[in-house]
This record gives sequence, structure tokens and C-alpha cells, in this order.
Amino acid sequence: MPMELLEAIPRLFTYTFLVRALIVGLLVSLCASTLGVSLVLKRFSMIGDGLSHVGFGSLAVATAFNWAPLAVSIPVVMFAAFLLLRLSERGKIKGDAAIALISASALAIGVFVISKTTGMNTDVDNYLFGSILALTHEDVVLSVVLSLVVLVLFALFYHRIFAVTFDENYARATGIPAGFYNTMLALLTALTIVLGMRMMGALLISSLVIFPALSSMWLCKRFFSVTICAAVISLMCYVAGLLVSFTYQAPTGASIVLANLTVFITFYAASRLITLRKT
Amino acid sequence: MKHETSLIACKDVGFRYEGQLAVSGITCAVDAGDYLCIVGENGSGKSTLVRGMLGLLKPSEGVITFDAALRSSDIGYLPQQNAIQRGFPASVQEVVLSGRLGRLGLLPLYTRADRAAAHEALKLLGISELAKASFSELSGGQQQRVLLARALCAADDGLKILILDEPMNGLDPHVKQEMYACITSLNEKQGIAVVMVTHDVQTAVKFARHMLVLNGRQEFFGTAHDFEHAAVGADLLRDACGGTCAVCGLPKGTVRQ
Repeated sequence: MPMELLEAIPRLFTYTFLVRALIVGLLVSLCASTLGVSLVLKRFSMIGDGLSHVGFGSLAVATAFNWAPLAVSIPVVMFAAFLLLRLSERGKIKGDAAIALISASALAIGVFVISKTTGMNTDVDNYLFGSILALTHEDVVLSVVLSLVVLVLFALFYHRIFAVTFDENYARATGIPAGFYNTMLALLTALTIVLGMRMMGALLISSLVIFPALSSMWLCKRFFSVTICAAVISLMCYVAGLLVSFTYQAPTGASIVLANLTVFITFYAASRLITLRKT
Repeated sequence: MKHETSLIACKDVGFRYEGQLAVSGITCAVDAGDYLCIVGENGSGKSTLVRGMLGLLKPSEGVITFDAALRSSDIGYLPQQNAIQRGFPASVQEVVLSGRLGRLGLLPLYTRADRAAAHEALKLLGISELAKASFSELSGGQQQRVLLARALCAADDGLKILILDEPMNGLDPHVKQEMYACITSLNEKQGIAVVMVTHDVQTAVKFARHMLVLNGRQEFFGTAHDFEHAAVGADLLRDACGGTCAVCGLPKGTVRQ
């Protein structure tokens, strides 16, 4: 790590907005990465992307009408998560098409409402690409509470989430309410997306769900170790991205995604090397 | 077959999907220690019946009765493998232990008894040494054995019924024979009744005590011996052999006397 990045660490704590970004970001990264393992394995990765677009639409409408952003976004995105799950399970529209349909519609509603009210301004740019300046003290409190809910539920139902992810048919046959756990996963993902969206941006937040899980799967072969490794990768990439963003005045969301991309490529190379050595 | 002593008995059972009758007229039974193979074309209602036997699907017609002493944990289930599972990052122990979840209640962690049951199941199938191995790195046959161990460890005092949905899919002939031997051993030595959905009529008839043929409705139910002599059985065996049968050694179309 370059010296200037190391030197930046103590300075992070001198700015209130950066401390807020650090707390919210670490919690959101932890939640997104743990939920991400199941979502990626169940081929639900794009749900995160779809929900972030719904989040953008709801934030845009809330801003246009001067409503509290999170109070509007949380129920709307959670409802969208529920709807997406139902559509992909029972609907005549297949999962990927349902996600594309809902995300494009939400994006269009957001852009339409903004253009007819406040106009395309910095706020909209922040929603799309994220801004750590957008976080308030209330956001931090809400993030801590909701992240704790996500993490406690994940820990309590860890074995059941594993069973439903590995073999939903078997889980149902042995009396595990798979539908309940699928819904819980989707709703917790919705919460995580809304919490992290203003910091990471609607276009980049899904990377926090997908990248750590994929990276850890290159090297880890147990569900437990994949989950732990994904959480560690996510936390480290968040700190690295924030430091880069702070030191080089780069966009925070993009810096965090690039840190994740670097880890993904490194882990891929390491797994190839291990495979080559074995053969 | 005495239906009043059966573990599972179906009487005129039928299932509907979106208002349309998927399969109907099924009257069959599974007794203690039985070995029933269900055969039929794709979409003939085999897996639907299995879901009914597992209590996951209510019949739209007729009735499925379960022995009063039969608990849901007495029924082990090996579903068809899906694409997600084959490369899934999980250890064998994690997979086998998940068979105990039905007994875990609201507890967030497995107990010592659960771990012991998982160990016993692996031992019974002769794969104890794979406990720490990665599921994704096992061969198809080993993966099926692990899933079989998961089904076995669901019950504390031994399974009564093992329901297998196309367990031989994707396995090479040598591994298939090993799996059949393994399932037959569970049936004969442990006294577990086996219900197996399969496309492999030739091999199924060698091991099964009873055969059930479905094709949107029940075409045959009876002993394996009667199946070989029935017109439907002879047709299915002839289609499967496509010449001199490698299993029974008889020329195409011959019915064993």
C-alpha cells in the first residue's frame, strides 16, 4: 500500500462525514457480502441490481416531493423485492425479464419525475454514482439498527439459509419453509441496498453484493469459509476504496468497486495457479 | 399387498396443475421393506407422485394415506440433482448435516447428536473419509452418496422409507451399479423401504420388488415378475434393450418365462 494511503488513515477520523461513511459503509458491506453469497449461488445476483434501480426511482420521487428519502425508499424497495421474488417463482415472466422490466420502469419514473420537478441536478448525479456527503447522523443510526437486524437474522438462520440455497426442493421436503427464507433474503437485500445506495450509487451498489462472494468462491470451498472470506474481502475493499477516494479525490463508489475488481482478479489468478500446481 | 398395513397407500390418486389433470388413477402401496420403482416417460407424473408421497402436494383426486406411526422424519428424500449443486462451495459435512435441519427446531446450531448422526450416515455408506472434502470436487457418484447420507441422517432411529427421484441421472454405468448395490444394501440390511423414480427400466426390474408405470395415468402396478410378463413391461423392456438385452440376456422382445 502506498505511504500516502497509510498516512491518510488517521486523517479519516478527523472528518465527521468520513467517520459516518466509514460506519455506514462497513456495516452495509458486511450485510451485502454475507447476503451476497446466497444470492449469487441461487442465481439471484441481478435482484440487487434491479432493486437499486427501484431505489433510485423512489429516491427521485421522494426528493421531488420533498419527502424523507429513506422513509419512502425502504418500503418501496422492500415491496419491489417481494414482487420480484413472486414474479420469478410463479409469474409467467421469467426472473431476469421481470428484473429488467421493473428496473427500467423504476428508472424511467425517477427520471420523468425529476425532469418535471427539480430538473437533473447534482442530487440526481449523487443518486446514480453515490456520495459520502449525502449521509446524515440519522442515516448512521438507522444503518446501525438495520444492519444489526440483517446480521442477527442471518446468523440465527444461517443453517436454514444454507439448506435453502443448496437444495430448495430437499429443504421444502423436510419441512423447512423455503418460501419464507427466500422472502427474508430478498427483503434483507432490499434493506441493505437502500442503506448503501446513497453512498455507493444506484449503478454501483449491486457490486457490494456480487463481487465479494464471487472472489471468495475462487479460493474457498466451504459455505462457511466463503461467507467469512466474502465478509473480510468486502470490509477490506471498502476501507481501501474509501482511502483511495479520500487521498486522490476520486469518486467513492467507483473506488470501492475497483478495489473489489482488483481482489476478484487476484483471487482468480491465485486459483488458476493452485489448479496448475495440482495438475 | 395388504394396503391396510402399508407405510404409504394411494387410492385413485390424481394431481392437477393449473386446472389440468397431470396424472390420475394411481392406486399403489409401499409396505415396510418394499422396493418400488416408478417408471414412465418425462412428464408422465412420476415426480408429481413423489411430491404427493412426501406430503408436499395434496392430491386433487383420491387419497394418500400414511401409516399412523410414520413421522415425516422417517421419510428420507433424495431429489434430482440440479446444476447449482454440482459446483456448490460446501463441505460434505455441511451438506450431510443439513439433513438434520428438520429436527433442529428453532435452535441456531447443530447439537452433538446431530454431528454423530451425520458421522454414522457417512460411515454406513462407507464415505467417512470424505467428511471434510469439498462437495464440488467429488465425482457424480460420490456426490449422490453424500446426498444419500444427508437423507439417512434425517432420522434418529433409522429411516423407514427412502424416496429417490432419478438418482442415477448423469452417472456412468459402473457408478450406477455401485449406487444400485448401495441402495439395495440399505433396503435389505437396514430394512428401509425404497421408492425410486427412474428411466432405467432394465436395471430397475432387476432390483425392485414392485413396479409402477405411469403415463399420465397408471398403466401398471404389481410385482417385478408380473411386470416382465405384462404387455406394458415387455414393451418398455424391449424399447430399453433395443436388441439383445445386456441385463437379461434375452433377444429383443422376448418375455422371460
